[in-house]
Amino acid sequence: MLNLGLDILGLARFQFGMTTVFHFFFVPFSIGLAFVVAVMETMYAIKGDEDYKKMAQFWGKMFLYSFAVGVVTGIIQEFQFGMNWSEYSRFMGDIFGAPLAIEALAAFFLESTFIGMWMFTWGRFNKWVHTLFIWLVMFGSSLSALWILAANSFMQNPLGYIINQKTGHVQMVSFGKVVGNPQLWNEFPHVIFGAFVTAAFVIAGCCAWRLLKKDHVDFYRKSLNVALVIGLIFSLGSIATGDLQSRYLINNQPMKFAAMEGLYKNSTNKGEWAAVSGFNTKQHKTTWSVDVPYVLNLLSYHKTTGTVKGMNQVNKDMHAKYDKKFGSDMNYYVPTKTLFWSFRIMSGAGALFALLAIVGLIFNRKRSQLIMKQRWFLYIMGLCLWLPFVVNTAGWFITEFGRYPWIVYGLLTIADAVSPNVSVASLLTTNIVYFAMFAIMGLVMIILCHRTLKAGPDAENTDGYSAGDTKELDPYSKGAFNHD
Amino acid sequence: MTSLQLVWFILIGVLFSGFFFLEGFDFGVGMLVKSFAKNSDERDVVIKTIGPHWDGNEVWLITAGGAMFASFPMWYATLFSGFYLILFLILAALIFRGVSFEFRANMKTDTWRSFWEWASTIGSFCAAFLFGMLFTAMIAGMPIDKNGDMTAHFGDYVNLFSLVGGVAVTVLSLVHGLNFIRLKTSGGLRDRALAWNKILYPVLFAGEVLFAVLLFFSTDFFAKKPMTTTAIVVALVIFTALAYWGVLGNHEWLSFVGSGLSLISVVVLIFNGLFPRVMIANNPANSLLIKNSSNSPYTLHLMTILTFSILPIVLIYFIWSYWVFYKRLASPKQSA
Repeated sequence: MLNLGLDILGLARFQFGMTTVFHFFFVPFSIGLAFVVAVMETMYAIKGDEDYKKMAQFWGKMFLYSFAVGVVTGIIQEFQFGMNWSEYSRFMGDIFGAPLAIEALAAFFLESTFIGMWMFTWGRFNKWVHTLFIWLVMFGSSLSALWILAANSFMQNPLGYIINQKTGHVQMVSFGKVVGNPQLWNEFPHVIFGAFVTAAFVIAGCCAWRLLKKDHVDFYRKSLNVALVIGLIFSLGSIATGDLQSRYLINNQPMKFAAMEGLYKNSTNKGEWAAVSGFNTKQHKTTWSVDVPYVLNLLSYHKTTGTVKGMNQVNKDMHAKYDKKFGSDMNYYVPTKTLFWSFRIMSGAGALFALLAIVGLIFNRKRSQLIMKQRWFLYIMGLCLWLPFVVNTAGWFITEFGRYPWIVYGLLTIADAVSPNVSVASLLTTNIVYFAMFAIMGLVMIILCHRTLKAGPDAENTDGYSAGDTKELDPYSKGAFNHD
Repeated sequence: MTSLQLVWFILIGVLFSGFFFLEGFDFGVGMLVKSFAKNSDERDVVIKTIGPHWDGNEVWLITAGGAMFASFPMWYATLFSGFYLILFLILAALIFRGVSFEFRANMKTDTWRSFWEWASTIGSFCAAFLFGMLFTAMIAGMPIDKNGDMTAHFGDYVNLFSLVGGVAVTVLSLVHGLNFIRLKTSGGLRDRALAWNKILYPVLFAGEVLFAVLLFFSTDFFAKKPMTTTAIVVALVIFTALAYWGVLGNHEWLSFVGSGLSLISVVVLIFNGLFPRVMIANNPANSLLIKNSSNSPYTLHLMTILTFSILPIVLIYFIWSYWVFYKRLASPKQSA
């Protein structure tokens, strides 16, 4: 057979990365949209203002598309552990299976049942009850994020386990410690806030494009306001929780932190922070950089003094710690450039979001027409619609590439976790087909959202299959087909 | 084997039963989108019968998979990595049919609507067929090594027995879907579903008999557990007969419950035959057993408490959601 230099490890890793990144385009978008739509419907319930109902229904359509894709790509995620990473599944089953099962039981049932209820019962229930449905969906999807992050947190920072001497596998001894993992409680709020920011700025971006066309100005300005208020609160929240999370890494995963800051050598007490740098990753050296003094210490310790361990030092420490068990030929350096730039993209975008939200809210004040005049601003806002997806991916790049070479930190390497009985041909096929399927689904998603946006908030509901109760037809779905 | 291990073995069986009962009619309805429903309006109605539910039904599969991981990780690892290509095809089928309902509803041209209708039809057919094939192959025994790694080749899981198993599950799902449509629609669709089932049930009987014969020759079920295996096979046929009686006498609930119980009987048959194993190896020494494939007692204990406190709540709102959409759907005018 043609040797393309492909091995099961590389292909399995690529597949995990690809499916996770694609899945995670839709997860934060769905969680965030559920939240924004829930807020809109709640405003409708409180104020009785039909505009808010229209908003909830309109943006709710995008939520439904996103949710459908999120669900089906999620099944791949669950199956993948067994399919591609059977050794990992055997090693981690005692810990990893529990949160996964609880996720399905407590969260997936909740969100999938109530999304059906929400989608098909406009006008059938009291508006507060109907609003409760979307909150339950939002609660369910956030809960699912919590459980899967609990599982991920163990991989980043194993707690509450022992190694079973007979099997060599991990064994849970304290569920409380698994769930109480500080890694989780640093990670979870950051992910959830990021999800809210994602939805807020996608909506804001969509509004901006329509406002540039002077289409349904009142509707989109009102939507923009809701989105930007949410966007502002949670971009600030993301920055704060991101700060907590990165400072947690200094002691917990020093290699990840050092790579994020591009530090090969230990930092000096002056705390020079590289805004941008070039790296020679083979020789483990920084070739050039633009440094700003004190910033590193401000970021790391919130004060001007202190030092941070560089990667060379951490590498030595890790060899001292793990050589006995894993041998001396391990490479503990993580993909430095990826982490360094991902971190800058993520944190830069976080600041940009907060800024855009503030300026946008000022321009969009009730009696001001500034937002319609400042077209440059609308263009920027419109382009930033794509940014949250880049940022979410960057965040996961840091988290996941940063734990290299471990799949479970300090306990199991990625290389030891892959299924030994799966062939290169199988993995190559699945990679290609998944990629093609994702491309189709992504494209359809974009087309549908674009079309929904173009059709505008007054368009008839096109969810043909959501129509058709015998008597209680609600106006939202009328005309989907004729009745006897 | 501890009692907790036994509880979890049964629980996995219950979850798969729930999955086949619910997703069975889901698959069936999905298959009917193209051929059974004659026009776009009818398709709207057919899809709407499962519109609010398919997503929740699929969660039973996700829960069964998660529960397997949480209780028998060795089983999960061997099964999922071993049946790699079948599971991959199942995933592709589930993905296409999953997005098809939402995507179809939003397509503007007939060509694209038709594309997603085909996605639903083919995806549902393939998913049901492949699940049937996978489970049939699993009980026939597979080449599994000492580490529990399964290295099956095409011929190991594609053979007469597994093909018949696949077809049987497909037809079972199809009649179950038709029985569901009879409950949920009115007018032409309802009548047509009845007419279709009158033809399909004799086919199903033939399939079940053939399956039972092959089961005798391809598995050790009858040799190891003659009494229970025979009893369950008889129950399967009786439930199918009851459903058929419901078709002939136009008792809609009886048909639906009958076809649902038939699907559950298949799952019970498999789990009864597996016991006390979870994966059957060609070399009996390498079979995975309930007693050595499970998680630690701590985790099993934890999962038992959590499951028995969460599942009842889930069942309450899950059933409530069906009750909310209990009403029959109006039939489109155009249907004959």
